[in-house]
Amino acid sequence: MHELSIAMSILDMAEEEAGRRSAEVDAIHIKLGALSGIVKEALLSAYDLARTETTLPDAQLIIEEVPVMIFCPRCQAPRSVPSIQQLSCSECETPSYEILQGRELQVVALELRS
Amino acid sequence: MNSSPRILEVRKNILKQNDEIARALRNRFEKAGVFVVNLVSSPGSGKTAFLESTLTKMRGDFRVAALVGDLATENDAVRLARSQVPVRQIITGTVCHLEAAMIERNLTDWNLNELDFLFIENVGNLVCPSSYDLGENLRVVLMSVTEGEDKPLKYPTIVNSADVAVITKTDLADAVEFDWPAASKNLQAVRPGIEILRVSAKTGNGMEEWLRFVATQRARVCPAQDVVEHV
Repeated sequence: MHELSIAMSILDMAEEEAGRRSAEVDAIHIKLGALSGIVKEALLSAYDLARTETTLPDAQLIIEEVPVMIFCPRCQAPRSVPSIQQLSCSECETPSYEILQGRELQVVALELRS
Repeated sequence: MNSSPRILEVRKNILKQNDEIARALRNRFEKAGVFVVNLVSSPGSGKTAFLESTLTKMRGDFRVAALVGDLATENDAVRLARSQVPVRQIITGTVCHLEAAMIERNLTDWNLNELDFLFIENVGNLVCPSSYDLGENLRVVLMSVTEGEDKPLKYPTIVNSADVAVITKTDLADAVEFDWPAASKNLQAVRPGIEILRVSAKTGNGMEEWLRFVATQRARVCPAQDVVEHV
């Protein structure tokens, strides 16, 4: 439901960076963690709506989805999890709340054209 | 001018603005010695009844206040005013969650040094509030027995972001055949290690444990001499 305000924040950031460099934006790359609370499809449609109101109506949004990784206290290693409904080691099933990745909601790069 | 495309690395959190305001708020809260609790839940989980009971029971021992988020009405603030502590309504309009800036705006004329606890009742919504740090010390997710044991599995993100789970309306647990082991298992699956408390704001069952819990949490971060106890 708050994807529209997230989309607008992404566009604001891109507009600011591009404006500073007098460049056009071809694409915006973001990282979206599985625990970010943002739904990819909803964000894409909100973004399509939001960008028409900006100076970057042609900038593509490229989303890299980041799965959850935990640190398993038993394996003493980073591990994936079966799902975001089950935060436990995919190898030994030990639960862990030491989340190494999966909360990202980050603009990582812009494709610019001067 | 070079017209070939190039990649500019940015690495900026999309919620950076909110996170920065939240960080500033957290510093202010810490300096003032006020412990801040953010209550999140679905609509109708009993947040307001729980908060009213909490404020009423705490006000003898601590200086407490509340900020209450709601999409459209002031009904919650009117109910909470019965607890006779400072309460302010934040009407968010179409915004489905509270943001740090809304908290900041609504605190301008409150002297935080005169508070021990500030409770923030978020908008009833199990999705959006999870992304927004309000500068709180403790995030409490409430879940009523009437909502069903699988709620944590349906909304893992918000439960995952919480520090403690409070199961409300326990007086109705038998009537709805609430499955306690399943509820606990589901909460632990999405948020390993989470503490689970059981309360009924109606009968008062479990409220003492909750009040003790929240006082202990405050004592961990706020120096004891800051607590003014009225005997």
